[in-house]
Amino acid sequence: MSLVRVIAMAASAIALSVFSASAGEVCAAKTVKDGVLTPATGDPAYFPWVADNNPSAGKGFEAAVVYEVAARIGYPHDKVEWAVATFDEGIQPGPKNFDFSVAQYSITEERKKTIDFSDSYYTAATAVLVRKPTVEAGLKPDLAALKKLQWGVAAGTTAGGILAKTVGPDKDPMMFNDTADVVQALKSGQIDATMLDLPTALYESAVEMDDGVVLGQFPTDNSEGLDQFGMVLEKGNPLVACVDKALQSMKADGTLAKIEAEWLSSATGVPVIK
Amino acid sequence: MTGALEKPKLQASGAVNPRRIREERIRRRGFAVASASTAAVVLALWILIPMAPGWSKVQASFFDWEVFAKTFPKLLSAFLVDIMIFAWSAPLIAVSGLAMALCRDVRSPALFPLKLFAIGYNDVFRGVPVMLVIYLFGFGIPGLGLPRPWNSPYIWGTLALVCTYAAYVAEIIRTGIESIHESQRSAAMSLGLTPSDIMRFVILPQAIRRVIPANMNILIALQKDVALLSVIGPVEILRQAGVEKSLAANFTPYVGASIIFLAVTIPATRYADRLIERQNRQRS
Amino acid sequence: MQTHEKLKLVGLRKSFGEHEVCRGIDLTVAEGSMVCLIGASGSGKSTLLRCINLLEPIDSGQILLDGFDIADPEIDPLPLRRRIGMVFQSYNLFPHMTAIENVMLAPRRVHRRSRAELRDEITAMFERFGLKSHIGHYPDQLSGGQQQRVAIIRALAMKPEIMLFDEVTSALDPEMVGEVLDVVRQLKSQRMTMVLATHEMSFAREAADWVCFLDKGVIAEAGPPAQIFGNPKEARTREFLSRIL
Repeated sequence: MSLVRVIAMAASAIALSVFSASAGEVCAAKTVKDGVLTPATGDPAYFPWVADNNPSAGKGFEAAVVYEVAARIGYPHDKVEWAVATFDEGIQPGPKNFDFSVAQYSITEERKKTIDFSDSYYTAATAVLVRKPTVEAGLKPDLAALKKLQWGVAAGTTAGGILAKTVGPDKDPMMFNDTADVVQALKSGQIDATMLDLPTALYESAVEMDDGVVLGQFPTDNSEGLDQFGMVLEKGNPLVACVDKALQSMKADGTLAKIEAEWLSSATGVPVIK
Repeated sequence: MTGALEKPKLQASGAVNPRRIREERIRRRGFAVASASTAAVVLALWILIPMAPGWSKVQASFFDWEVFAKTFPKLLSAFLVDIMIFAWSAPLIAVSGLAMALCRDVRSPALFPLKLFAIGYNDVFRGVPVMLVIYLFGFGIPGLGLPRPWNSPYIWGTLALVCTYAAYVAEIIRTGIESIHESQRSAAMSLGLTPSDIMRFVILPQAIRRVIPANMNILIALQKDVALLSVIGPVEILRQAGVEKSLAANFTPYVGASIIFLAVTIPATRYADRLIERQNRQRS
Repeated sequence: MQTHEKLKLVGLRKSFGEHEVCRGIDLTVAEGSMVCLIGASGSGKSTLLRCINLLEPIDSGQILLDGFDIADPEIDPLPLRRRIGMVFQSYNLFPHMTAIENVMLAPRRVHRRSRAELRDEITAMFERFGLKSHIGHYPDQLSGGQQQRVAIIRALAMKPEIMLFDEVTSALDPEMVGEVLDVVRQLKSQRMTMVLATHEMSFAREAADWVCFLDKGVIAEAGPPAQIFGNPKEARTREFLSRIL
C-alpha cells in the first residue's frame, strides 16, 4: 500500500515538476517581434472581453486569458505588446503583424482552411437581445414567436448562420458592421431582436441600453447554438502548439474557470428558448 | 508652288499612292508594337505573380472556384437590392440636383435666401464623405424614435445618397448652365420671354445636353456607392459577399462581387466615353 | 413732314464699372424711319442698342417709347421689351431648336398662341424671305446668312414696333451680306421703324433716313446721309470716314 502511495506521490511530484518546468519556459516558436509576444484584438474591444478598451491592463476576460497564456509560454507582463487587428485582418491569408488575435473568433471548419485556431478558451451560449417594449407587447422566448421578429445581426460573425439554423426568421435579417451598430438599430426600433454570445448580450443590455432585455439563451446541449472561441494564428504558425499547451494547463488547474468566473457574468436567470 | 500642291492630288486619284502606303506601313508597325508590348506585360505578370511567395495562399483564398460557384448566385440575387436602390435613387437625384442648380442660379434679390441655402447645401454635402452621411442619416434619424416603416434604412439611406449626389449633380448642371453663352440669354430676353421661360426653354435644354456625359460618370459612381448602404442594414451584394467571406474564411466572394460590378460599370463607362467623344466632335 | 416721335433718347448714360460707354446720348427716331449708327468699334453703338432693348439698365437719362419713359426702373421691362425687336451680330439662334421652333417659341409663350395658329403665318414669313425649304433645319445646318434671316424672322414674329439691328452683317461672309441687307430693305419698304448699328457705309448712305456718327460715347455728328457722307462738318467724322471708305 505504502509503496503504491510512494509511487503515486513520486509520479505526482514528477508531474508537478514537469508542469512547473513547462510553465514559464520560453516557447521554441519564433514570435513576429523577437523576445516579445504580440497579441492582437479589435479596436474598440468590448467589455467584458476587454475592459475600458485597454487590453494592456490585463482586465477583461480575453485580456486576462492572454496574459495568463503569455506567462505560461515565457512572456511576462512587460514582454507583451498589443496590436490592433480588424476582423478581416484576422481571417485573411498571408503573414500577420501579430502572433495571435483574440476577439471572440468562433472556430469553424471553413475558417480553418485559411487560418489556424488555438484550442477553444471559451464556449459561449447564444442569447437573444430585445427591448423591454417588445417583451411588454407579449413576446415569449419560444421559436414560433422569434420567427416573426425583424432580426439584425453583425455581419462577419457566426450569428447570421446560427440565426438561420435555429430560428429561421420569416423576414430577411438586416446586417451591420459591428455590435455597436446592431445595438443602435435595436435602440431605434429598426430591428426587434439580435443574436449575441451571452456575455456580450448581458453586457449590452445592462450597460449600453436603457431598456435592453436578454430574452433567452439557446440550450447549451444544442451544438447549433454554441460558439467556441479560439485564438487566431497564421496558417502553419508553430506557436499554436505552445498556446494550446498553455490553455490545456489553464483548464487543468482551474485558472481558466477562475478567470471566467471573474469576468463573465453567470448565466443564471436567463431563460432557455424552447 | 502650284505644281507641288497638285502633285499629290494627281497621285491620290491613282491606284498606287506611295504616301498612303507609307502611312499604312507606319500604322501597321504601331499596331504590332502595341500588341507585342501588351503581350510582354501580360506574360510577365502571368509568370511573375505566381512566383511571389504568397501566391498559393492568395490563390486559395481569393480564387477558389468551389467557393465562387457556391456564392455567385447568392451575390447575383443580392445585387438586385443594389439595382433597386439605384433605380429609385437616380431619378430623385436628377430632380433634386436640378432643383438645387436652379436655386443656386436665382438672380432675383427676393429669392436670395434660396441661393444662400443652395450654396450652404452644396458645401456641406460635397464636403462630407458619403459614408458619414449614410451613417448619420441611417442611424441618426431613425434614432429620433420614428415608428416603422418610417425608420427603414432604405428610406434614410436613400435620402443620404440623394442628398450627397444631388449636390454633385447640382454643381455639374450649374457649370452646364454657366457654359451657355450669355448671348443666348440676351436673345431670349430681347424676345420678351420671362426668366423662367428662358431657363426652361432656352438655357436648360442646352445645358443638360452638355452635361450628360459628366452625369453619366456620376451615375456610375452612384451605382458603386449604393453598396455603402449595407452599413445601415440592407443585405446587398457587398454585405452578402462579406457574409459569405466570413462564413468560408475565403475572399473569393469579393472577387465575385467585383465581377458583377464590372459587368455593369465597364459598359456604362464605355458608353459615357462615347458620349463625351461624340460631344467633343460636335463642338469642334 | 408730319412725323410721330416713335423713340426718343434723352441724355442717356451708361457705364460698365469705371468705363463710361454712353456719355449722354440724345436721339430722336421718327416713326417709319431708319436710323443708322456708325462709328468705330467700342464707340458705344452696341451698348446703346442693348440699352434701348432694356437688356442693360441705364445709369441716367430717359428712353421714351411713344413718349413714355421705359427706362424707369420701377416698371416691368418685359411687356416693353416685347414691343422692340432686336437682331444680334452673332445671330444667337437657339441651337437645339429648328428654324421654325426658334421663331415660334416667343409667340407661343408670350402671346399664348398655338403652334397650329402660328404655323401658316410663320411659313409665309419664311417664304417671303426665301427660306421656305429651310423651315425644319437646325441652325448648324444653315449658312450664316440664312441664320441671320431666321433671327430677323424670329424678332418680327413678335410684331415689334421698332427693330434694332446690331451689326447684323459683321459676322457674315461677304457673299451673304447682300441677302440680309435685302431683308432690311424690305422692312424699310414696309415702313418699319429701325435703328441699325452698321459698318456697311454704302448701305447706310443708300438706305438710311438719318445717320449718327458715334465717337467715344457721344453722337459727334448727325444728319441725313448725304450730309454725313458728302459733307461732314466734324473733323473726327471726316477722319473716321476717310479711314473706312
